[in-house]
Amino acid sequence: MSVTAFLTDSTLCIGCKACEVACKEWNHVSEDGYDWSGYSYDNTSALGASTWRHVKFIEETPVPGLGGNASEQTSWGFSSDVCKHCEVAGCLEACPTGAIVRTEFGGVFIQPDVCNGCAYCVVACPFGVVAKNHGDGRAFKCTFCYDRQKVGLAPACATTCPTESIKFGEISQLRGEAQQRIQVLRQRGLEDATLYDATHTSVGGIHAMFIVRGDVRAYNLPPNPEVPTRYLKKGWMSAAIAAGLLLGGTVLAFLTQPATDAR
Amino acid sequence: MPGLGTSLGRGGATTAQQDLSNADAILIMGSSMAENHPVGFQWVIEAREKGAKIIHVDPRFTRTSAMADIWVPLRAGSDILFLGALIHYVIENNREFRDYVVNYTNAPMILREDFRDTEDLDGLFSGWDGEKKKYDPESWLYRGSPVKAGDDDNKPGHAESSGGHGKDRGGEAQDAGKYQEDRTLQHPRCVFQVLRRHFSRYTPEIVERFCGVSEDVFLKVAEVFTSASGKEKTGAICYAVGWTQHSKGVQIIRTAAILQLLLGNIGRPGGGILALRGHASIQGSTDIPTLYDILPGYLPMPSSEADSKKLTGYIGKHSSRTGLWSGFEKYFVSLMKAYYGEAATRANDWGFDWLPRITGDHSHFGYWLDMADGQLEGLFVMGQNPAVGASNGRLQRAAMAQLKWLVVRDMVETETASFWYDSPEVKRGELSPYTIGTEVFLFPAAGSAEKAGTFTNTQRLLQYRNQAVDPPGDARSEAWFMYHLGRRLKKKAAQDFRSRNHGLRALTWDYPVHGKHDEPQVEDVLKEINGYAVRDGKQLKHIKDLKEDGSTACGAWIYCGVYPEEKRNRANERHPNDLLGHGWGFAWPNDCRILYNRASARPDGTPWSERKKLVWWDEEKKEWTGLDNADYEKHVPPDRPAKVHDGHGTEALGGARPFTLHPDGVGWIWVPSGLKDGPLPAHYEPLESLIKNPLYAQQDNPAVNKRARSDNRYANSPGDPRYPYILSTYRLTEHHTAGGMTRTLSHLAELQPELFIEVSPEFSSEVGLRHGEYATVTTPRSTIEARVMVTPRMRPLQIDGRVIHQVGLPYHWGYRGQVTGDVVNDLLVISEEPNVRIMETKALLCDVRPGRRPSGAQAIEKPLTKERLT
Amino acid sequence: MLKHLLSRWPLMRQLQGGGADGTGPEAMSDRTRDLRPKTFGAQVARSICPYCGVGCAQLVFHKDGKLISIEGDPESPISRGHLCPKGADTFELHTHAERLTKVKYRPPYATSWQDIDLETAMDWVADRVWDSRERTFQEKKDGEVLMQTTAIAHLGGATLDNEENYLIKKLFSAGLGMVCISNQARI
Repeated sequence: MSVTAFLTDSTLCIGCKACEVACKEWNHVSEDGYDWSGYSYDNTSALGASTWRHVKFIEETPVPGLGGNASEQTSWGFSSDVCKHCEVAGCLEACPTGAIVRTEFGGVFIQPDVCNGCAYCVVACPFGVVAKNHGDGRAFKCTFCYDRQKVGLAPACATTCPTESIKFGEISQLRGEAQQRIQVLRQRGLEDATLYDATHTSVGGIHAMFIVRGDVRAYNLPPNPEVPTRYLKKGWMSAAIAAGLLLGGTVLAFLTQPATDAR
Repeated sequence: MPGLGTSLGRGGATTAQQDLSNADAILIMGSSMAENHPVGFQWVIEAREKGAKIIHVDPRFTRTSAMADIWVPLRAGSDILFLGALIHYVIENNREFRDYVVNYTNAPMILREDFRDTEDLDGLFSGWDGEKKKYDPESWLYRGSPVKAGDDDNKPGHAESSGGHGKDRGGEAQDAGKYQEDRTLQHPRCVFQVLRRHFSRYTPEIVERFCGVSEDVFLKVAEVFTSASGKEKTGAICYAVGWTQHSKGVQIIRTAAILQLLLGNIGRPGGGILALRGHASIQGSTDIPTLYDILPGYLPMPSSEADSKKLTGYIGKHSSRTGLWSGFEKYFVSLMKAYYGEAATRANDWGFDWLPRITGDHSHFGYWLDMADGQLEGLFVMGQNPAVGASNGRLQRAAMAQLKWLVVRDMVETETASFWYDSPEVKRGELSPYTIGTEVFLFPAAGSAEKAGTFTNTQRLLQYRNQAVDPPGDARSEAWFMYHLGRRLKKKAAQDFRSRNHGLRALTWDYPVHGKHDEPQVEDVLKEINGYAVRDGKQLKHIKDLKEDGSTACGAWIYCGVYPEEKRNRANERHPNDLLGHGWGFAWPNDCRILYNRASARPDGTPWSERKKLVWWDEEKKEWTGLDNADYEKHVPPDRPAKVHDGHGTEALGGARPFTLHPDGVGWIWVPSGLKDGPLPAHYEPLESLIKNPLYAQQDNPAVNKRARSDNRYANSPGDPRYPYILSTYRLTEHHTAGGMTRTLSHLAELQPELFIEVSPEFSSEVGLRHGEYATVTTPRSTIEARVMVTPRMRPLQIDGRVIHQVGLPYHWGYRGQVTGDVVNDLLVISEEPNVRIMETKALLCDVRPGRRPSGAQAIEKPLTKERLT
Repeated sequence: MLKHLLSRWPLMRQLQGGGADGTGPEAMSDRTRDLRPKTFGAQVARSICPYCGVGCAQLVFHKDGKLISIEGDPESPISRGHLCPKGADTFELHTHAERLTKVKYRPPYATSWQDIDLETAMDWVADRVWDSRERTFQEKKDGEVLMQTTAIAHLGGATLDNEENYLIKKLFSAGLGMVCISNQARI
């Protein structure tokens, strides 16, 4: 058993959305509504309770003579977003029922039979990934195909991806590949290629890394994701101080009560 | 398609998708490969990652452009200008692969004195008959080639009714093996010099003015692609219906073939032309055709007017003296034995007179127009949905209302099955169930996992599907349906001895059945297709085993070898052992993965280079060997001289003529016979165009059958103030064709739930469209509405000093399914390209206005165009 | 009993989880612990995608005569296990609710479908073909063989199997003399 991860390389992504479909087919996830968004070719719009892989489309103005692989510019970027399966997972820390567990592969897994729909995890996710199902209110997100991984299969999205933009494998090995890939891309002139790994942020690393061109924020990837629970201690401390101050103030108020009030 | 067929010999992709990864440059044009063939596109990505340059030429910036190094937007329908300019660039800059061109193409052949080029006749070739609207192609023959003996009908290209599918292999030019040549390529009437002159005005300046591609972008493409040539390098071309669906589709592909022949890119690794087919078995359904003009293996259907009064005439016309088509009689007689079994004898010409004769245009559009005129009684539709999937949908649907009976077989209730109660015509009140007398049978069909059988994919690979489960309820395979229908009809004919029933009674139909539904044993059909010895029923191993004496039966000679022995179904073999996938499936012919691969070696049999080696002569074993099965006589040494002038059979080609279906054994830059619209491609404007043909007085393809009539009207051309914009239709990754297999599925319907029109920001301001709102699109055929998608991926072009706008519509929607939308195909016109009778879908004229279309009765009373005219 | 119930309470399991932080295996429910892919123990048929012409290979998983899942076959030299969104939806293509399973019949001028059994429908279609062919067949024209009817047509084939197309052409053209045979392909 090894600790695993995704590496989603948007320089290889053709925006076909096979990952979205394969995920839904494998996991019996229902459609997300038949709404035409008008936002490029993206009609599932965001990750949610019934979209666990989501391909983002970023349109810029293309220039004749330059394709999207030209180093001079990006013209139509695609990237398949997914749960990051954080090392320090806000959802997991926030879950009061023990419904969210970390699997032996390092993934973060919501147990649908345990989840009671409290939704604490929804607000605790720094990436806005976890969402409540409209029907029964339980929380859903990418399972990292825990069932498949258990028997040595890759997740459905990585299996289907036509151009192997979604890679799956042992995490440290993938990290190495990612670094090499960045080198290759930069040598090819794609100076704007970057690896999104979030190791040095409060999430403490992720099991779903991304290679993108340009500003990571364009791909819904916060440069500095923050797990709300890291503020828990600080939060409690502030609350304690506030409480103390309030208490002190009250006491003080009593102590300094002018005598005139006693009439 | 005859584009590839006439140029190279076979109407199939010359290469395998995997082999794209060996290319040094890939030109994708007339295709959005990433969009429509995403999994095949991984090989383009692989090539790109290895350093190949990817060029995408397309009016729109698509998901393919997004992965390319160079994107070139051009005016829809100007492809031959662009490709012709590439040919011009090659010739003027001496970029041709000279050793290849001299040895492996007909560039040295000298043409007749009476040939006149489009340069001489302002857009027509010699032989044009303005009255009959067709060419007499005799003057296109090589100098010295005798015209076939016989009456007028026996001359090449004269049969009005025969389509192009059966005449794409030079069989008609029987003595193309007789020619004169100048291997220095200097003779003014040699093909190379005629080609130079023919394309002399296809310059970068013309490209800039009329394709809308700036000179520097064009020169960048020219430099990159023509560099992928020579001993050490190769380049590949990928195309799809973006090339075929034009009024000169075949000639666009011809232009690509000429370019690849000049660059020496055919038959070599990383080279070739990859025709990308849009359905699972487009290639298969042409190889083993459900088409009117051919029999299996591209044998022409006998035609009443031309060649088919007697078997000898038919064989004589379609056989050639040299090359693989010298075996025509073997292929045909073996087919008759497969069809009619013991009843087919030499005495009755193998049952030749039981075959129907074609008498006109019996293609989809041809007979559909007759149907609209009430001349048909019955129609079978299987796995196709013309009510929303074919050009001029209104006419398609209205025609079905004229039938006595209609049988539809599909997995869902398609619009074709339901036209009588929920078509737009019924909703508008033009038609009503009360007035439609068509009796409709809708049969549930089995899905791909519920039946066994083979598909032939885009690279000529036969792959067998094993049945997983039984189909649900009354759903059955087409094999079941045909078998049991045939059984019933044979029973009716059993005691009816009129001559019309000879064939039906003789038809071999004793396929074993299995399972609870008496499903015919599909592998037995495949065995019949493969062929067997009549005497002992033993499977044939190779095309060479076929005989003309009636001792062999073979359902499709090109597939011979797919089932070479009992219990060996090569289409079901799944042990790939190399990049080209040998050991997995069976590629026709003879499991060759790259066609014409003899051309990957020099004339002396050694590879052009180590880097680009594929097939070579093994001097020790005295045979062709290498990384693929040789598409050549295995034991004919490279130094065996050709005897094409007076020899017979394939042996006459000697050891260095890779294009073995051609009587002269070389690739045809020049097509002396077999095409209805010219021996060389010439630029013609689309049938509906904004501009005058910049090169010739001849505006559009003269040999096209426009099929214009009151229910199939055209915009005026050039230029029609009512329809000032260019319209292209196309597909998206998320859906399949007209949506019958995807609109019903929730996981695909949600990804592209609604019809939209793609327009540039400039266009939307000009017309007053707003993103996300509706636009109404009108052509002389119909009016539809679509959501507006304003995107910089669409851009106006400067054409000859003026700005022109192109708009795009994906055509996946209809009036049934999880998501519905207007039928884009209603906008299209039925037109027939002369060789294969394909319609023009990529370059039409339209009007676009903000807002929704009128609905109900209003739609008939107030068509938008009238409004604009007043 | 109570102990058993308590032991299934995730919080208890978290508290009991020897030394761990209570978010690992110790917090897993029986369902999670026993989780297996749905294809576990299923039979597999090797197949090919029915959509475009790329020819991607598919593994069709089935159990007890029912489809379980359809995914890419990693051994294919062409597709290497990958499928596009359409191919990835092949399971739904076969199993969705709008799938037809019964023959539907619409008599002339009727306003709605009727049910009809398969064998009857086959008999009727054979009758229609026979009658139309009888009415319209031409054996000869000007003394030359014609052996055709142009009054019955066929459309479709590019989504069908080679064997099926072979039978269609064989019966319709070589057997019945139908010449109006066409499909999507114009290659």
